[in-house]
Amino acid sequence: MTQSLSGAAGPFFGAFGGRFVPEALVAALDELTDAYDKAKHDPAFGEELDRLAREYTGRPSIMTEVPRFAAHCGGARVFLKREDLNHTGSHKINNVLGQALLTKRIGKTRVIAETGAGQHGVAAATAAALMDLECTVYMGEEDTERQALNVARMRLLGATVVPVTTGSRTLRDAINEAYRDWVTNVETTNYIFGTAAGPHPFPEMVRDFQRVIGREAREQMMALGGLPDAVLACVGGGSNAIGVFDAFLDDDGVRLVGCEAAGDGVQTGKHASSITGGRPGVLHGAMSYVLQDGDGQTQPSHSISAGLDYPGVGPQHAWLADMGRAEYWPVTDPEAMEAFRLLSRTEGILPAIESAHALAGAMKLGRELGPDATLLVNLSGRGDKDVETAATYFNLLDEESQQ
Amino acid sequence: MSALTDRLDAIRGEGRSALIGYLPVGFPSVERSVRAMETMVAAGVDVVEVGLPYSDPVMDGPTIQVAAERALQGGTHIADAFTAVRAVADAGAPVVVMSYYNPMLQYGLERFADDLVAAGGSGAITPDLTPDAAGLWLSAARPRHLDTIFLVAPSSTQERLHMTVAETTGFVYAASLMGVTGERASVGAGAEQLVAATRAAGAARVCVGLGVSTGAQAADVARFADGVIVGSALVRCLLDHEDEDAALDALRAKTAELARGVRGES
Repeated sequence: MTQSLSGAAGPFFGAFGGRFVPEALVAALDELTDAYDKAKHDPAFGEELDRLAREYTGRPSIMTEVPRFAAHCGGARVFLKREDLNHTGSHKINNVLGQALLTKRIGKTRVIAETGAGQHGVAAATAAALMDLECTVYMGEEDTERQALNVARMRLLGATVVPVTTGSRTLRDAINEAYRDWVTNVETTNYIFGTAAGPHPFPEMVRDFQRVIGREAREQMMALGGLPDAVLACVGGGSNAIGVFDAFLDDDGVRLVGCEAAGDGVQTGKHASSITGGRPGVLHGAMSYVLQDGDGQTQPSHSISAGLDYPGVGPQHAWLADMGRAEYWPVTDPEAMEAFRLLSRTEGILPAIESAHALAGAMKLGRELGPDATLLVNLSGRGDKDVETAATYFNLLDEESQQ
Repeated sequence: MSALTDRLDAIRGEGRSALIGYLPVGFPSVERSVRAMETMVAAGVDVVEVGLPYSDPVMDGPTIQVAAERALQGGTHIADAFTAVRAVADAGAPVVVMSYYNPMLQYGLERFADDLVAAGGSGAITPDLTPDAAGLWLSAARPRHLDTIFLVAPSSTQERLHMTVAETTGFVYAASLMGVTGERASVGAGAEQLVAATRAAGAARVCVGLGVSTGAQAADVARFADGVIVGSALVRCLLDHEDEDAALDALRAKTAELARGVRGES
């Protein structure tokens, strides 16, 4: 590879990305692009973000080797990048602190966010509380039901949570509703987008705010003896995956595996594997892989994990998939839940169900590569929010407590 | 010149503004939506916008969202839009399709343009496609003499007004306010200013949409715009009445009210 893939600039990543949005939003996206370009080159912005990462998020996040879990991965060495230990419990905080700081710089007083599992919503509500911004979070009604605890967390943090009742009542509809809010209130409001998808500059900017994961992880792996054979991460929109992949993109020997949510299985049609099971199209402002019918109507996605339950994916992943630099594997609900159970039992770490998809990928890849392999898994979030879903799945609730 | 621009220019010659009515194809069914469009034409709509329902309509408010969702649940397909275009053209009104980008892209932009021409359509309005992102669509539409109708918004910069006007044919669609489609108590005060700025940027025809739902509002907008675009208020007539005759009566009455408005008669 002659040209560096790390830190690729938008708006286009090969044939993917771009900006397919109503004219009304263009001025705001231009303003954001401009502000971000200036901030990127302003040492004061970088220093403030670094300070927050250190003193607020708790970075650098640690690396944990998990030998008892690794016994289920063909005996390969398995290391977890512990984004689950960040303040608010996932990698989402890395991005929202950057975007909230940017909101202050452009002088807006209100932020909106979409959320699926609630992790991005909680992170956005947290950053808004910290930086004295008014915050409204849009969340599909179905997700507010399966993630009721996170709804309460956001409200405790002072955010307004709006359950979205249109369409499939999940993340995709929450994004639609956030766009409608933004187009109406753009003068005072900035949209803190949660993943490395959407129109330019979001894919590039969110990737940049998440690159810290890979930067730290690569250094930590080198200190532990060398580059891993593969890096695995779950992919919904793909922000934690691109965050950890970025530092390894130019390491040709390192395999990059994105684990998409395959729900009941890609062949059943009830899944959220946009790259494996979708086609190129435009959704939410960018060209990428989309789950859609022949008429270009977005198809409902399905996953036990609310955070991966999205019928699109960030354009940089589409690009990496097309050029063959990264692989995207479908991981079903049962495979993810088995990995969830195993990590909890063998290592005392409850992963987010999202992250459990990456763990399931490691189980498969480890068995393929054998004991000489070293795998790095981005543990993007913790599973506290998923206790009810998992307990129901594994039938662990006493009858009395279910009433 | 297209049937659309001919008609808009003729209406300007009458010293009034045009009434442009939007309905989505397929709501409540393809047949009934076509009859509703024909009814609008008979009752005084000058130009029809045939909406192509889309699963993720980020520029639409609740009324059109509901109609689009039901149209899709009912099995509406892209080809149905051309059936509606044909019917409206046969009824004697210039007709354009309003579509989000992805259905057009998946259908094939060249094929979409061919079928639109064959059905007698004048062009397309693309709410989530700006000229700087529309290269492929422009390449398909231009050789077929289809009008490429783009939007301007109160937030558009001078530079973008010029760029949009330069790539637009037919008319420029001026969004009266920052927001999504829907009925509102008043039309944005900035609409008149936006129309003036769009004309200053070189636009030959500027029509105003978003938020117009009454004859009085239509009359107000007609003072300064070449056309008044109404969607949600017309869709509501079909939403509010399950019975087709009642729905068409309501649609006729609303259209007549708006038609009086654009003639300054309300």
